[in-house]
Amino acid sequence: MTRVTVENVWKVYGDQTVLENIHFETEPGSFIALVGPSGCGKSTFLRMMLGDEAPSKGRILIDGVALEDEPSPDRGVVFQRYSVFPHLTALQNVMLGLEFAQSPVMGRLFGRKRREARTASLEMLKSVGLAHAVNKYPSELSGGMQQRLAIAQALIKKPKILLLDEPFGALDPGIRNEVHEIMLRLWREEGMTIFMVTHDLSEAFKLGTRVIAFDRVRNRPEEQKAYGATITFDLKVDGKSAPPQPPVDATLAAAAQ
Amino acid sequence: MRRLINRRPDVAARFGLMILPFVIVIIAYMVASDARLSVNPNDKLLPGWSTISDAIERMAFQPDQRTGDYLLWSDTLSSLTRLGIGVGIATLIGGIFGILQGLIPYFRASFNAFTSVLSMIPPLAVLPILFIIFGLGELAKVMLVMIGIVPFLIRDLALRTAEIPHEEIIKAQTLGASTWQIIIRIVVPQMLPRLIDGVRLSLGAAWLFLIAAEAIASDSGLGYRIFLMRRYLAMDVILPYVAWITFLAFALDLALRLFQRVAFRWMYRGN
Repeated sequence: MTRVTVENVWKVYGDQTVLENIHFETEPGSFIALVGPSGCGKSTFLRMMLGDEAPSKGRILIDGVALEDEPSPDRGVVFQRYSVFPHLTALQNVMLGLEFAQSPVMGRLFGRKRREARTASLEMLKSVGLAHAVNKYPSELSGGMQQRLAIAQALIKKPKILLLDEPFGALDPGIRNEVHEIMLRLWREEGMTIFMVTHDLSEAFKLGTRVIAFDRVRNRPEEQKAYGATITFDLKVDGKSAPPQPPVDATLAAAAQ
Repeated sequence: MRRLINRRPDVAARFGLMILPFVIVIIAYMVASDARLSVNPNDKLLPGWSTISDAIERMAFQPDQRTGDYLLWSDTLSSLTRLGIGVGIATLIGGIFGILQGLIPYFRASFNAFTSVLSMIPPLAVLPILFIIFGLGELAKVMLVMIGIVPFLIRDLALRTAEIPHEEIIKAQTLGASTWQIIIRIVVPQMLPRLIDGVRLSLGAAWLFLIAAEAIASDSGLGYRIFLMRRYLAMDVILPYVAWITFLAFALDLALRLFQRVAFRWMYRGN
C-alpha cells in the first residue's frame, strides 16, 4: 500500500510561477482526481509525479522516500495520446514491459520466458476487453481501445502509482463510461494509487475518492507572473470536505516574502 | 460548372494524362530529328531511331572489340556497385548518428552544429581532396557518393527521431526501459522506414556525385561512358545511356518503396 506525500511543492519557469505551495498527503489506495481550468498547472504537477520534471522547491515522497528524478516502473502512465507504440501490435505493446525487465541487452524474450510473458500479457489484454484484438496495430484500434491498451500496457508492470493525464478526454461519452468501469474495476483489483488529471468535473467525482482542485487565487494581469496556482479545494468524495492545505492565507503570506 | 480543384479525372483519363507528356516529348524529338536529318543525313545531334537502336545493339548485345565486355552491362555493374556501397555506408552512418543525435542530448550538444557545418561543404569541392587522399581508384568514387549524402541523412533522421512524441519515450521509461532498450525497441524500428524515405530522397544526389566522379577519373561506369562518348558527339549512345540511368534510378526508388511497404506494415495499417 502506497502513501504519497507532497511537501510544499513549487514550480517556477523563469519568472513565471506555475504552482505554489502544493501540499497534501494521500491515503493508500486513493483515486485522486486533479481538476482545474486550462493552464492551472495540473499537468505540470503530473509531470513532476512522473519524474519528467523536478519541483523548483519542495519534494514528493512515496512511502517516505523521495521520488526518483526520472520516470521509473513504480509509476505507470497513460497519456491522452501517444501512450502506445505504433510499430507494435497490442500484444507486443503489453509484452514490452516484461521484455524490458528480463532482457537488458536484446530487449526481447525467447522460448519459455517468451511464452510466459505472452500468457501474462494475453490475460491482461483480456481483463481490459481486448482479447479479440491482440494482433492488431494501434492504428487499427478505435480511440477507446487504444486507451484500454495503454492501461493494460501500464498495469502489466504492477505500478504502485498510476498517473492518468486526461486519458478519457478524447473519447465519446458511451465509450468513456465503458472505460470508466474497466478503470474502476482494475483500481479495486490492483489496489494501486491513481492520480488522474481531468477537466471533466463529473468524471472527477464519479471516479475519484478525493477531488483536488488547482486554481489561481490571484488573477489580476499584474499578478499573473508572480503568483501560481494552488489547491483551492480538496474534497473527499463521500461528501466530507477537507480544508485546503495549506489555507489560502498562509499561501499568500509565503508568496509575499 | 464545378471548380477546377473539384474535378477529378477517372481511371482512363488519368492514364491518358499520365502518358501524354511522354508522348509529346517523343513526338517532338522525332519531328526535330527528321527535320535535321532531311537537311543533313550525317547529322549527329538528333539521331534517328534506327541509329539509336544500332547503338543499343552494339553497346548491350555485342562484346566490345577491345575488351570483350558487353559494355552497357559492365558499365551498369560498376556504377551500381559504387552507388550501392556508397549509399549503403551512408545509410549505416546516417542511421546511427542520426538516431544518437536526435535522442541523446549530450550527443546532440556535441554533434549538431558540426553536422550542420559539414552539410554546407559542397561535396564536389572536396572531390580533388578525395582523389589526392584515396587515389583514382574505386575508393575515392565511393567516398564521394558517401560524403555527398551522409550529412543530409544524419540531419534528416535526427529531426525525425526528435519528432517521436515525448510521451512515447516517457512511457517506455515507466515500463522500465534503459536508454539502450529504448533505442533498439522503440526508436530504431520506428526510424527504419524514415531512413528509407531519406535514402530515396538522396538517391538523386547520389547519382549526381557518382556520375561526376566517374566523368573525371574512371575506366568504366555509366558516367564514364557518357563523358567518353561526348568526345565523338555520339548522341546515339549517350541518349540511351541517359534513359537507362533514369530507368535504374526510377527502379531503385520503386524497389525501396515496395520494400518499405512490405517490411513496415504497421505504417500502412488502419489509416
